[in-house]
Amino acid sequence: MNKITTDICIIGAGPVGLFAVFEAGLLKLRCHIVDAIAQPGGQLSEIYPKKPIYDIPGFPEVLAGDLVNNLMKQIEPFKPSFTLGERVEHLHKQEDGSYIVETVAGTQVACKVVVIAAGLGSFEPRKPALENLALYEGKGVNYMVIDPEVFRGKKVVIAGGGDSALDWSIYLSGLASELTLVHRGSSFRGAPESAEKVVTLTEEGQMRLLLKSNAVALNGTDKLEKVTVQSEDNSTIDIEADYFIPLFGLVPKLGPIENWGLEIEKGAIVVNTFDYSTNVPGVFAIGDINTYPGKLKLILCGFHEAALMAQSAYSIINPDKKYVLKYTTVNGVPTL
Amino acid sequence: MSDIRIAVKEPNGEHTEITAPTDMGLSLMEVLKANEYPIQATCGGMALCATCHVEVLEGPELKEPSDDEAYMLESLPTSTSRSRLSCQIKLTPEMEGLTVRIAAEDY
Repeated sequence: MNKITTDICIIGAGPVGLFAVFEAGLLKLRCHIVDAIAQPGGQLSEIYPKKPIYDIPGFPEVLAGDLVNNLMKQIEPFKPSFTLGERVEHLHKQEDGSYIVETVAGTQVACKVVVIAAGLGSFEPRKPALENLALYEGKGVNYMVIDPEVFRGKKVVIAGGGDSALDWSIYLSGLASELTLVHRGSSFRGAPESAEKVVTLTEEGQMRLLLKSNAVALNGTDKLEKVTVQSEDNSTIDIEADYFIPLFGLVPKLGPIENWGLEIEKGAIVVNTFDYSTNVPGVFAIGDINTYPGKLKLILCGFHEAALMAQSAYSIINPDKKYVLKYTTVNGVPTL
Repeated sequence: MSDIRIAVKEPNGEHTEITAPTDMGLSLMEVLKANEYPIQATCGGMALCATCHVEVLEGPELKEPSDDEAYMLESLPTSTSRSRLSCQIKLTPEMEGLTVRIAAEDY
């Protein structure tokens, strides 16, 4: 098991999380960053790397990807360490007031201060509104395919019309004993080759395709046994199923952070604007993930929040020392 | 300057009318949020999260959804032929009398 010890554990490698390393570094605090995505930059790298941003002070125009590269360069002197591609799962408070942040893969980060800079949150599967969906989670309902072998020789119903629904239908049609794809629309917008392949497989009898249809009910005694599908003309059919895999894309959510005892309002973490601390001592929230009266979800506001957070983090980590503001123009950038 | 009236139906059945400016380049999502309607609009208007999903019930013909928006709508379990992402609808004077229903959260 991987264990890291640091001063500050930053959750989220977006622009604000990265800049927090700089502000902490000026105070000689060491940082470790954890992100669910495998590359730093958050939304800027993942969603719009080629889009220009016009409201970063001092940059009339900067591509999102370039801003991330510049931030990475700016924090280099402080030698931050990274755990990328692992979503955080648990926050364990230690007796001395410090924390261990644990990822879904079991990596542990021991730290004195936790800074949540998680932006939109992590991307979680969007769930369809089916009454007893939760009842069958882990008992036949899967939101993603982790090990395709699980479905070998089983009866599988997939719902959705995007690329992942098409791709998994094609793949699993070769493994499952019966495969049905249920799609609300009459055509597919995903990759045309995949859509054609699905039609071909259906014509060959390798799978079943139900268009203009919706899964409306799940049934079964101890585990999933049947999926009821309703078509546009309101007629229904029951399909025997060992597995139901709804693939309706991803939606950004707070995820496990929601269970950490933080005060949450409309999907955002409530903070005190004095230092962007949360209701949990030693845990701060900065950037798009937080909320307070007058909050603006802007990168530049997140940068400001990082600076203010750092001075309180310093006091927690160095209770006996007095915080003194140092200008980089006078002192340069210290090294760690 | 020309304001337009927009009728809004909420998931709980409430029916209200708001006035929105058309000279500020606002999207329908931004106006709904500013009027404190129950939409999250998590992603801030990038057609990424679909938490600003509305159904257009009445009003003038709107511009066709972009590919990104259409793909997102297609992937939603609850969307209908009238579904739109309100963040992708830029308000113009021609939209006077637009009537939308805010979709119930489906996740």
